[in-house]
Amino acid sequence: MNSILKVNNVIKRYGDYTAVNGINLELKRGKIFGLLGPNGAGKTSLIRMMTTITAIDEGQILFNGKDLNADSPQYIGYMPEERGLYKKMKVGEQLLYLAQLKGLSKNQAKEKIGYWLEKFEINDWWNKEISELSKGMQQKIQFISTVVHEPELLILDEPFSGLDPINTNLIKSEIFNLRDKGTSIIFSTHRMEQVEEICEEILLVNKGNGILSGEINEVRNKYKKNLFEIESDTKFDDLDRVPGKIMEKEDKKLVIYLEDDGQSNALLNYFLSRGQRITSFREILPSLNEIFIQTVESN
Amino acid sequence: MKNLKHIVRREYLTRVKKKSFILTTLLTPLALGLFIFVLGFIMNYDDDEKNVIAVVDKSGIFNKPADLAKSGNTSFELTDATVENLRENFETNDFSAILYIPEIKNIYAQSHTIYYYSENSPSFDLEYVLSSRVKNKIRNYKIEQLQLDKKELSALETTVDLDPEPITEGEKDKSKYTSTVAAAIGGFMGFIMYLTVFIYGMMVLRSVMEEKTNRIVEVMISSVKPFELMLGKIIGVGGVGLTQLAIWAVLIPMIQFAASAFWGFDSSQISAMGGEIPVDQGGMTDDLYLVMNEIVNQDWWSIIPLFLIYFVGGYLLYASMFAAVGSAIGDDMTEGQSLTIPITIPVAIAFYIMITTVKSPNSSLAIFSSIFPLFSPIVMPARLAFDPPIWQVILSIVCLVGTCLLFTWIAGRIYRIGILMYGKKASFKDLARWFFKQY
Repeated sequence: MNSILKVNNVIKRYGDYTAVNGINLELKRGKIFGLLGPNGAGKTSLIRMMTTITAIDEGQILFNGKDLNADSPQYIGYMPEERGLYKKMKVGEQLLYLAQLKGLSKNQAKEKIGYWLEKFEINDWWNKEISELSKGMQQKIQFISTVVHEPELLILDEPFSGLDPINTNLIKSEIFNLRDKGTSIIFSTHRMEQVEEICEEILLVNKGNGILSGEINEVRNKYKKNLFEIESDTKFDDLDRVPGKIMEKEDKKLVIYLEDDGQSNALLNYFLSRGQRITSFREILPSLNEIFIQTVESN
Repeated sequence: MKNLKHIVRREYLTRVKKKSFILTTLLTPLALGLFIFVLGFIMNYDDDEKNVIAVVDKSGIFNKPADLAKSGNTSFELTDATVENLRENFETNDFSAILYIPEIKNIYAQSHTIYYYSENSPSFDLEYVLSSRVKNKIRNYKIEQLQLDKKELSALETTVDLDPEPITEGEKDKSKYTSTVAAAIGGFMGFIMYLTVFIYGMMVLRSVMEEKTNRIVEVMISSVKPFELMLGKIIGVGGVGLTQLAIWAVLIPMIQFAASAFWGFDSSQISAMGGEIPVDQGGMTDDLYLVMNEIVNQDWWSIIPLFLIYFVGGYLLYASMFAAVGSAIGDDMTEGQSLTIPITIPVAIAFYIMITTVKSPNSSLAIFSSIFPLFSPIVMPARLAFDPPIWQVILSIVCLVGTCLLFTWIAGRIYRIGILMYGKKASFKDLARWFFKQY
């Protein structure tokens, strides 16, 4: 089975307010999926249904081909945006408890917690109270608690909020490691640069609706505007018969719009045939951020 | 429900291992012991000065050495000197006071004044000793003078004891202390219930709030059902309560005993304050025996299990309400205070009904309240020692268990929504809405 999670036309209402309005989503095994959207778009509502925290009003969510059920949480790891730990508990006890709630035996849990503490080089934290730890340190413990039971599906809601760059990189590389080991990951955020870096596929949610989905490159290609940027180390002149329309013009840099992006070679040839030295030639693809803002605003 | 045991264990262990729990559990009996100790010290504290009182007896009633026996630190010395003489030479004498008993002129006078000369007025104890001794002596003197027969006189004095007996034969006999002892036991159990509901109910409330403010609750309910979490918490905290009570049940009598033994006085005088045996002063041994007998004769085999049933039932009932309210309180404890009022009011009412129940255990109010499930956990234990009719007990338990299940269910429905509501002040309307909400 190729897909681990399938969301079919799911609807969630809170009173008169429809938080999720018929969203479809498919997560392929071993991929990182970006769930994007502005604040209040319905991301958390959708995730809460995936994690069996709330019930589905209409539609269906299939996990490994079956409806979500009471056993599903064992195979899911969820790090909510609103996260926390028991302040008065010791690191070891805390992780042991959360792991046991995910169905691990005490010994299994101990072994796996040991592995992660080792990995993050925090072996000596076992007997530290959570309240003694800094926020970044707590995040590490939180992350371990989310992945300790080796979930098949990992759902991370804004996992990097409040992390310094070093810890961000640490967690990021662990996310990639897990992906490489076959874990499927849903990564929910409104920070686009992280999505571009991490995700392979995305779904953009706004006002409860899925308004854009697909692989990142496809999406960007779909939203491209056939703009090409050419740079040279000499001044551009003789632009009268240039194919396409010049959108921006500087002495040594041009942005040109082509009706047909297949004409890009012709464009390049035009300058090359004139003996102009070209230092850079690239198609301008919109950033996810631009696409995000554009689609959300037009929606 | 497979995770319930993990939750219960965590809720229980984290509390029991807390320093504050260990301290309060051990220190409370110690504090009580200290209290008894201090009380004993105070009660045994006599005048620490040695006093010699010169007795000038013009009436001639003090004629035997026994009349002048020492009382505590005070000794008496009969003297022939006149009061004027003694008063003049007061500084040079060793006497600390002079007691002057004037001649008895009128044998029919019912009031007789004696005079006490000293720098300080006499202590209550001393005053009592002096006046009662003189009173007895005058009485004897009058009997002699009037040539009355002592036997006949004492025959005039009668005490009346009311001994309650059952209507049907074969039922267990009751002594005159039955109702007193039952009231004490009942009041004590009702009081324990009242404290339990409050202390441990609030503990549940705080714990629910803490999970919400810590934001761990969403992590938790992605692993376990909210109902499991709530129930685990209630059971765990209830276990803490039982542990604490059990430790106290062992420690308090031990310390009380030790403290009493140290002072060598009758602990029952003080334990009346702890609510166990109110005892009249007076000829103690017989009455004490009756009281002890009455306590031993209580039907503990039914009282204790029933008490436990009401303990568990009452606790579950109120703790689930506290849990529901706790889930609705945001990060701010003060704003949630108003939500707890509707829970604390029935507890307080039940407590006052319990107090009147102990006085009249078979009034309609007592019967109604011991069946009505919001009051019964506090009121019924107070009635148990009065042998309430069995049908009332059964009806009351059935109502309690039913209400318990209902309330736990309702609380569970409110809780599952409440814990995910951040930063919003909830009203009772909200709670009602959450209850009906599909989630």
